[in-house]
Amino acid sequence: MEIVRGHAGGPEDFRVRQLRARDLLRGDLAGTDLEAHVEQSVLTTTFERAVNWARSNALWPATFGLACCAIEMMSIVTARYDSARFGAEVFRASPRQADMLILSGRVSIKMAPIIRRIYDQMLEPKWVIAMGACSSSAGVFNNYALVAGADKFLPVDVHVPGCPPRPESLIHGILKLQRKVQGEPDLGWRTRYGAEGTEEVGEPAVPHGA
Amino acid sequence: MPDATGLELIAHDLGEQVPGSVAGTEHYRGIATLIVDPGRVVAALRWLRDTPNQAYAFLASLHGSDYLPESPRFGVHYELLNMDRVERLHVKALLEEPGDGELPELDSCVELFPTADFQERELYDMFGIRFRGHPDLRRILMPEEYEGWPQRRDFPVGGEPVLFTHNEHRTPRWYE
Repeated sequence: MEIVRGHAGGPEDFRVRQLRARDLLRGDLAGTDLEAHVEQSVLTTTFERAVNWARSNALWPATFGLACCAIEMMSIVTARYDSARFGAEVFRASPRQADMLILSGRVSIKMAPIIRRIYDQMLEPKWVIAMGACSSSAGVFNNYALVAGADKFLPVDVHVPGCPPRPESLIHGILKLQRKVQGEPDLGWRTRYGAEGTEEVGEPAVPHGA
Repeated sequence: MPDATGLELIAHDLGEQVPGSVAGTEHYRGIATLIVDPGRVVAALRWLRDTPNQAYAFLASLHGSDYLPESPRFGVHYELLNMDRVERLHVKALLEEPGDGELPELDSCVELFPTADFQERELYDMFGIRFRGHPDLRRILMPEEYEGWPQRRDFPVGGEPVLFTHNEHRTPRWYE
């Protein structure tokens, strides 16, 4: 959704608008004058688009680093790169409070179930960025210990290439993700990736309250 | 680092005190290597640690190697260090492959050097060398249900084939 600011006029325009607003409140404004005033001062949108706009500008990542890419990921919140400009500066220490999982580094076979558990603990809607060559394709560590591509066990929304990607690249990936969040209707990841019917059924291994 | 003569003296003394333990010596590029009989590794290490004028009391590293076409196939390397004289001694035990899917075995030296605990687990994890008498011999780096011994030479490197210009002719029209 694009927000276009109205043409900023001078102090006279402001005075005119102020008088119009007073007329409107008094009920004196009617006809074309009323229409022109409403067009100038009211922004219309759908609830869904407004919600998606709000979500896209508050993408809180989970505090979760895997390898060397995590150093670059940490630096995006520093003063030099400042991802707070895009609302993605609050690294939440709990997956329950995070919207976005950044896979920053190589994903080993041993770590994959843990990552999947963290992803499952996050609340909908949630998004995943695969940062760097390793989490997308195992990169230079293409060997017996790694999962070649985190999208084998997670739905990944944005792949950021690089080894490691510079912080600018990661911020670019976050901006791409923002456009994705804004452009798509409010869907859970199962709908987005056609994974309905893959819910785990049966009793949980540890009953609630145990 | 003991020089070549010093190494021979150590080997001679060790051979007298622990009979049959020395299988050879090697002095190459400044590294003194004592090749010991795999059945008497712990006795040899104990002698090197506790004898007053040896006193190699610190196990700096314990690692393995696989010399596959050769026999004996496996090597277990103990890097000993004397902190006072700053002398390092490399102790090596060579193990035959038992065959029939059996794992090669060696005595554990955890009772001598507690640091060997994790390092012997890593050797077990990567090379499949079983240490007799280890308190908790499990895989340390790979998942416990992992199959195979990944650092052995006959273990495939793994991962997925990567398309480079030198091998793209093997998958014609890969771009479609």
